[in-house]
Amino acid sequence: MENTSLAHHLILAGLLFVLGLTGVLMRRNLLVVYMCLELMLAAATLALVAFSRFNRTMDGAVLVFFVITVAAAEVAVGLALIVALFRKRGTVQSDALTTLRD
Amino acid sequence: MPDGLFIFFAALTLGAALLLVLSRNAVTSAMGMILALVGVAADFFLLDAYFLGVLQVLVYAGAVMVLFLFIIMLLDTEDATGAYPWKTAALGLATFFLLAAGVLWLFHWSGAVSPVKAGATPPELSVNPAEFVTAAKAFGRLLYTKYLLPLEIAGFLLLVALVGVVSLSKDNPETNA
Repeated sequence: MENTSLAHHLILAGLLFVLGLTGVLMRRNLLVVYMCLELMLAAATLALVAFSRFNRTMDGAVLVFFVITVAAAEVAVGLALIVALFRKRGTVQSDALTTLRD
Repeated sequence: MPDGLFIFFAALTLGAALLLVLSRNAVTSAMGMILALVGVAADFFLLDAYFLGVLQVLVYAGAVMVLFLFIIMLLDTEDATGAYPWKTAALGLATFFLLAAGVLWLFHWSGAVSPVKAGATPPELSVNPAEFVTAAKAFGRLLYTKYLLPLEIAGFLLLVALVGVVSLSKDNPETNA
């Protein structure tokens, strides 16, 4: 902790976010896309904690607490949706789900 | 040069995230995700946010990823094989390198972040951060005073998600034909 500046943590968070976004754009498996979305959320929380620490306030950390809560709820609902989709269509590959396009 | 621990955990996090994005096997992706989340939790520890680090490991790397693995096993999806189509690969590479360069420029060279010079140390905490109990206490005090309404709403959101998931995963004969 002695020698890390705010910029270091922000760069880590930014790179993590970009990796998640790349995954969302590249991957076709809905479950993996969903995990990449979660990675983007985690990157955002990392930036929040870094800002909160370097500004010596608890508020950012409390916001991260709420982000984790909302993410957990979102994962539960999203996975239930994916399971329902799989039951109906038999696949979770997004390029096989083109009913609305055709 | 930044702290050795920070470098180690940053490399671990980014490597695991790379594994998550690139692996063709969904289970390997999930393992990469767990490792990346543990890396993020380690960075929380380095930032003196001990309570959040523990919470991250318990909720994310524990409960959420177990749920993910469970669903991956349950659905038993087929893995895509072979190389990525070149369009997808080009889109992914272009997105990654453009945005990564943007991130590095914004946070490192543009000077938008004020303590941008390497070696800057964070200000001292007003409470002793080494005490985990203190952190949890400070959290609780804020949650039940300044953030009471958001806390109630978060609780209600969890209830809504619970009911929604139950009704979603119930077998519905007329829509499930």
